[in-house]
Amino acid sequence: MKTFLNGLAALGLGIAMATPADAAEYPLKKPPQLEWSFDGPFGAYDKGQLQRGLKIYREVCSSCHSLDLVAFRNLEDLGYTEEQVRAIAAEYEVEDGPDENGDMFTRPATPSDHFPAPFANPQQAAASNNGAAPPDFSLLAKARAVERGFPTFVFDIFTQYAEGGPDYIHALLTGYEEDAEGHEVPEGTYYNPYFLNAVSLSMAPPLSDGMVTYEDGSPETVDQYARDIAAFMMWAAEPHMEARKETGFTVMVFLVLFGGLVYLTKRKVWAEVH
Amino acid sequence: MSGGHSTYTPKTGFGRWMDARLPLPRLVYDSFVAYPVPRNLNYAYTFGGILTLMLAVQILTGIVLAMHYASNTEIAFNSVEKIMRDVNSGWLLRYLHSNGASFFFIAVYVHIFRGLYYGSYKAPRELLWILGCIIYLLMMATAFMGYVLPWGQMSFWGATVITGFFTAIPLVGDWIQQLLLGGFAVDNPTLNRFFSLHYLLPFMIAGVVVLHIWALHVTGQSNPTGIEVKQKTDTVAFTPYATIKDGFAMVVFFLVFAYFVFYIPNYLGHPDNYIEANPLKTPAHIVPEWYFLPFYAILRAITFNIGPIDSKLGGVLAMFGAIAVLFVVPWLDTSKVRSAVYRPWYKLFFWLFVADAIFLGWLGSRPAEGTYVAMAQAATLYYFAFFVVVMPVLGLVETPRRPPNSITEAVLEKNKPGTPAAQTAGEA
Repeated sequence: MKTFLNGLAALGLGIAMATPADAAEYPLKKPPQLEWSFDGPFGAYDKGQLQRGLKIYREVCSSCHSLDLVAFRNLEDLGYTEEQVRAIAAEYEVEDGPDENGDMFTRPATPSDHFPAPFANPQQAAASNNGAAPPDFSLLAKARAVERGFPTFVFDIFTQYAEGGPDYIHALLTGYEEDAEGHEVPEGTYYNPYFLNAVSLSMAPPLSDGMVTYEDGSPETVDQYARDIAAFMMWAAEPHMEARKETGFTVMVFLVLFGGLVYLTKRKVWAEVH
Repeated sequence: MSGGHSTYTPKTGFGRWMDARLPLPRLVYDSFVAYPVPRNLNYAYTFGGILTLMLAVQILTGIVLAMHYASNTEIAFNSVEKIMRDVNSGWLLRYLHSNGASFFFIAVYVHIFRGLYYGSYKAPRELLWILGCIIYLLMMATAFMGYVLPWGQMSFWGATVITGFFTAIPLVGDWIQQLLLGGFAVDNPTLNRFFSLHYLLPFMIAGVVVLHIWALHVTGQSNPTGIEVKQKTDTVAFTPYATIKDGFAMVVFFLVFAYFVFYIPNYLGHPDNYIEANPLKTPAHIVPEWYFLPFYAILRAITFNIGPIDSKLGGVLAMFGAIAVLFVVPWLDTSKVRSAVYRPWYKLFFWLFVADAIFLGWLGSRPAEGTYVAMAQAATLYYFAFFVVVMPVLGLVETPRRPPNSITEAVLEKNKPGTPAAQTAGEA
C-alpha cells in the first residue's frame, strides 16, 4: 500500500511520468472533422438518424456494450410515440423483485426501465471480451476526444467545435485497416490508427456493409452506420442539447439587447462627467 | 463601511426609526451610493463587481445542485448524470456551475493582473491586497474540491495527485495527507469531507470578501494614474456612475459566459471526467483544470535536487512559493510611482510576466518531458525573477515619467487632444 501511494505521489510530481511519454504518440491519425446535423449554434438531432443509430445499437453493439443511463422513455426524443416506446421496451426482459415469496423474477421492461446490460458485472464483461470490458455507451461521445493541439483549440471556441466525440467514434469504426508500417500488434487485438490509447484495440471491426437493414433508403455502408451510431451516442450522452442551444439563443439575444440598453444608459449618465 | 462622514438623511418616518436602531440603510447608502470613486476608472476596474456576481452565481447554483447530489462514491457519478438528464433544468445548473468556476477564475486573474499593473497593492492598500490573496487561495481550494465531486477519472486522479503533494513535507507530510483523505487513498471518506468543505469554503470566501470590500472602502479605490484622490472633482458617486459601468461590464462578461455554457459547455473540461472514477486505471495524462496549469508547470519544472531538498519537495515548495510570493508583493515593489502607466520598463516586464504566466499554463498541459521541461524551467525562473528581482531592483533604477498632479488634471488632459500629456495619459 505504502509503495502504491508513493508511486502515485511520484507520478503526480512528474518524476515517474513515463506513461505520458508513450501516450503522447496516440492516436496515430487524427479523426477527420465531419458535418453533423447537431453542430453549430442551431444544430439539432436528425431523428431519422437517431432511429437508425438505435437500430445499430440494438442489433450490433448491444451484445457487448451497455447503455446504463438511458431509459426506454427517453426514446420519445427520437420521434417514437408512447406506444412504440412501450413496444420496444417490451422486447427486453429485466430482473425485478423480490416478490412476496422473496424471489427475484424477470418481466418485460416498461418505459421507465433502463436498457438492460449485456453482462451481469464488469468482471463478466471483461472475461467474455479478452480481458477488456467494453465501455458503457451512455457518455462515450463526451468521454472520448482527440486533443486538438495549438492553435486549433483556440479556433474551436469561435467555430463552436464540440463534436470531437462523434468524430472520434466515426473515425474509429471506419478506421480499421491493414497495418502497413509493421507496428507491433498484440495478439487478439486489431490495428486501428485512430485508437486513442494504443496501436490496436480488443474490439474486432464491428460493422460491415449491409449488416443492418435500413427502411428509409439510407446507404447500408459502414460509413453510414458509423455516422448513425455516433450521432445516436451523442444524443445518449447529451439528450438536452437541443433545449440547451435553443435556450442559449434566447439568452444571447436578451443579453445583447439588454447590454445595448445598459450601454446607452451608461453613456447618458457619464456624459455629464466628461 | 466607508471612511469619512456620512451624508445619509433618512426621508421617511420608517427610515428615521430604522436609522436610530439599526442603521443598515445608512451603511448601504454610504457604501454603495454616496461612496466616492475615482472618476478615471477604466473597465479593468469592473472585475471586482463581476467577481462578487460570480460568487453569488456559484453559491446559488451550488445550493440547488447540492439538493440533488449524493456524496457517496457508489452513486456520486450517476447522481450528477441524474442532474444532467432528469432534474428540471439540471443540465443548465450544472453547466453554469462548472463553467462558472472557470469564469470565476478568468475574472480573478484579470483582477489580479490589473492590481499588479496599476500598483494597487502599494501602501496603504497592503492589507486589501493580502485579503485578496487569501480569497484567491480559498478559491483554489474550493475549486479543487468541487472538481472531485463528480467522481470522474480526473476527479479521482487529480485528488490523488494533489493530496500526494503533501507527502513531500518532511515529518508531518504523511499525516497531513491522511487527514485530508480520511484514509490511505482517495475514497468515500475523502469524497464526503471534500463535499462538506466545498459547501463551507464559499461562505468563508464571502466573509473575506466583506473584509476585502471594507478595507477597500477605508483606503478608497486606486486608479489608473496611481495618484490618490485629492479633491472633490477627482471622484464621482458610486451610484449611478460606477453602478452603471459595472453593470454594463457584467452584462458583457455574462455574454461570454453564456456563450460557453450554452454552446461549448465541455470546452474547458476534460473528456476523461465523463468516465467514472476507477482506482485501478490511471489516465494517460493527469491534468488539473486549466486555472491550475501554471502552478502545475512550476511544480513539474523542479526536476533536480537542491542540497538537502529533493526534487519532489522542491517542486512542491516552488508551487506553493509561486502563490506565497504574491502575499509579499507590497514589500517587494520599491517604486515610488504606483502605476505602470508612468513606468516604461515595469510595463515591459509586466507584459512579459503575463505572457510568461500564459506560457506556463500551456506547458502545464503538456507532458513533462524533453524540451517542455527546459521551457518550464526557464518560464518558472522568470516567474520568480519578476517578483524577487525585477520588482525590487526596477523600483530603484527606473526613471519614471512624471505623473499628473491630480486625477482631474489627468482626465482633462486626456480629453483635450494635441497636448503632449494627452499622449501619456492616453496610454492608460
